[in-house]
Amino acid sequence: MDAHAVLNLKRIATNIRKGVITAVASAGSGHPGGSLSIADIMAYLFFEKMNIDPKNPKNPDRDRFVMSKGHCSPALYSTLAHRGFFPVEDLSGFRQVSSYLEGHPNMNTVPGVDMSTGSLGQGFSAAVGMAMAGKLDKKDYRVYVMLGDGELEEGEVWEAAMCAAHYKLDNLTAFVDYNGLQIDGKITEVMNPEPIGDKFKAFGWEVISIDAHDFNQIEEAVKHAESFKGKPTVIVARSVKGKGVSYMENQAGWHGSAPKKDQAQQALDELDAFLASLE
Amino acid sequence: MAEKIATRVAYGKALAEIGSDENIVVLDSDLSKSTRTDFFKNEYPDRHLNIGIAESNMMAVAAGLASCGKTVFASTFAIFAAGRAFDQIRNSICYPNLNVKIGATHAGISVGEDGASHQAIEDLALMRSIPNMTVISPADGISTAALVKQAAKINGPVYLRLGRLDVPVVYPEDATFEIGKGVTVKQGNDITIIATGLMLDMALTAAKTLDEQGVSARVIDIHTIKPIDVDLIVVAARETGAILTCEEHNIHGGLGSAVAEVVVSNHPVPMDMVGIEDQFGKSGKPADLLPMYGLTAENIVEKAKGLLAKKRG
Repeated sequence: MDAHAVLNLKRIATNIRKGVITAVASAGSGHPGGSLSIADIMAYLFFEKMNIDPKNPKNPDRDRFVMSKGHCSPALYSTLAHRGFFPVEDLSGFRQVSSYLEGHPNMNTVPGVDMSTGSLGQGFSAAVGMAMAGKLDKKDYRVYVMLGDGELEEGEVWEAAMCAAHYKLDNLTAFVDYNGLQIDGKITEVMNPEPIGDKFKAFGWEVISIDAHDFNQIEEAVKHAESFKGKPTVIVARSVKGKGVSYMENQAGWHGSAPKKDQAQQALDELDAFLASLE
Repeated sequence: MAEKIATRVAYGKALAEIGSDENIVVLDSDLSKSTRTDFFKNEYPDRHLNIGIAESNMMAVAAGLASCGKTVFASTFAIFAAGRAFDQIRNSICYPNLNVKIGATHAGISVGEDGASHQAIEDLALMRSIPNMTVISPADGISTAALVKQAAKINGPVYLRLGRLDVPVVYPEDATFEIGKGVTVKQGNDITIIATGLMLDMALTAAKTLDEQGVSARVIDIHTIKPIDVDLIVVAARETGAILTCEEHNIHGGLGSAVAEVVVSNHPVPMDMVGIEDQFGKSGKPADLLPMYGLTAENIVEKAKGLLAKKRG
């Protein structure tokens, strides 16, 4: 990826992060930490990689994306809004009774959402089903799914992993947002899912480990997954929870709590400063 | 009417019959020889996907397939569908209103020898409490085949409650059924017996006995627990003044509760329920278990008489 493309994606990812802060602060609740950690991957997928069209969000030939860690709806909504699926201003209605932006993704109310999620593990299985449908219909769309590292503690994740490998779903690419933190603390202390890559390898997956905030690594991994035949690929993306907002970075406490007004302003100022530094 | 067929067999055969529709995909979790989706598998092996012993995954995989336009039939035992995979059925299938049919076989205590762990007596309560879900509980092979075919044409989630046991064929081959519409199988004016599943045959036997004793009993088959046929039930309440429900399910939350909800808010009349009295089943032959838990024509007659006494005050 050339420097210009990287710069452009950094701008987009920063705007996605701003949307996350706006949404969560407006709602007074929500999950900023794990939304900020995946913003770079979201920017790459939705602005660079995926075959999607905001004007035709249900096109049967489109690539699919499932936010299996559904509580990171702010990242998905902000990405979709910036990509043109609905107005960016709508993000300020997040989680409010007058809005269609449910706390967790709803495929029937939010344009661009491919699966309703929220109960961890289920989105991964649904993505496996989408990939199976692609194989049955001999279509060449790809399915992307985002998992949390804490989500790996759900047994269903491993049922789905077994299933995807069994059916050789090489049209499926999973991401694990490996930020190391969950609500109650470090994943290694709450219920250790490590070694993550080795587990997926043992389940029959192609495994790639990357830095979740390096666009060149993201692109290289996604392209490798696309060309790799006979197995699904998981991209274990080492990330910083709360990435881009100084006081949220690597703090488990920001998994599921919203910034107050002044905190939100500070976060937006920091993100604006980063945007300015790119120019 | 000596013929007997398990509703799971009628289900499997019906799937094979409609399987030429290339949109239909059948999932199973290592039970295809028991759920009888093997009938479909033999005809359309490419569209029969075994998900292994992972029912939770199967239900959400079904949701993913349905989101891509497939009509999905996902089969396992009722206990593992409604019980183990409740969350997946609720959140991944019903909440997004996806086109998944759950073929839940081996419901009720007539599972027999496998015992309480495998005898779903709560599934109607669980499934009918989920918004968007249609719940079907056929009485015999003829109605099963018809309702499976209709379910395939509905765009949305359907729970099909099916049995392991061979049960008598109640309906003639040319009988017609409509999802959401109950069937008055026998007319009567003194009391209405509303049955679902294998209890319908017993209800008819009981009604015959009651007739012989001078009691005119109406018999209604509620094959669709949800959406329930409100009109038919209200008319029966008004015209007969007493309702007895019969189900192979816990008396809490199943057919009896569903009928009571209709009766109490439309035309209150004395009611009673024949069903499993809030206890787990056990291992044994179905023919021994059904009477042990009060699921007999004799018990229906007894309860009907008690109800008539109440009605007459």
